Amino acid sequence: MLWETVLFGLIIVAGTVGELCVARAMKKVGEVTDFRPVALIRVILSALQVGWMWLGVALMAVAFFALLGALSLENVSLVVPVTALSYVAGTLGGKIFLGEKVSSKRWAGVALVCIGVTLVFIGRK
Amino acid sequence: MKTSAGLHFKTFLLILLMVIFGPLGNVFLGKGMRGIGAVTSRAPAALLPMLGQILRSDAIWLGIASLIAFFLAYMLVLSWADYSYVQPASSFAYVVVALLGHLVLHETVTLTRWLGVLVICMGVLVVGQTPPRTTEHA
Repeated sequence: MLWETVLFGLIIVAGTVGELCVARAMKKVGEVTDFRPVALIRVILSALQVGWMWLGVALMAVAFFALLGALSLENVSLVVPVTALSYVAGTLGGKIFLGEKVSSKRWAGVALVCIGVTLVFIGRK
Repeated sequence: MKTSAGLHFKTFLLILLMVIFGPLGNVFLGKGMRGIGAVTSRAPAALLPMLGQILRSDAIWLGIASLIAFFLAYMLVLSWADYSYVQPASSFAYVVVALLGHLVLHETVTLTRWLGVLVICMGVLVVGQTPPRTTEHA
């Protein structure tokens, strides 16, 4: 159980911080308006020039291997919803590090998601 | 600041791709890891052969391919939409995961778990009513 908790913690924390780094990098790249393959490759290349992207990808790789470990121990229908605990971390991170405004309505939605995740965990049998 | 219908459609389309490829990737990974067995050891000597098995699993590679597709859609949508909008909006993926877990991997999904998934959905609907972008970017 301790090992599973460590794996879930890694998926949530490394995954969320990794995503925040990627989000930060993509905001630096700017809005993508051209979706042709050549243009998309250019977007990827310019994203790779942002340090945040590399940090983000490294953290997401850590989260990926933790996910593989967790999936070897538990059902997909438990593991994936439990990782939704990153909602709290993600919304807080978006607010603190990216300066995004989070309305009370959005907080309410995030709270509902958290309750749902708790129920999914309780329904483990 | 763009608030056109086009921006919303683009956002919707990419989130739809995320909701399809994300769960598909996780289900493939779950299938692959089920074939390999439980990772309970943390000793490098035991983990390395397992890594070899992981890299030779077709299901794992299908999962990785799906997750790359998911990640690409995710990166693109983050270039204009807020993280704190995209992350909750794409959480509909949890319903898809529970459904695929049950149908494809024959997992037992209890009533409480479905209820949890439903509550997650309600949360998503509430979040979906908030605007996709709250910050100005030069």
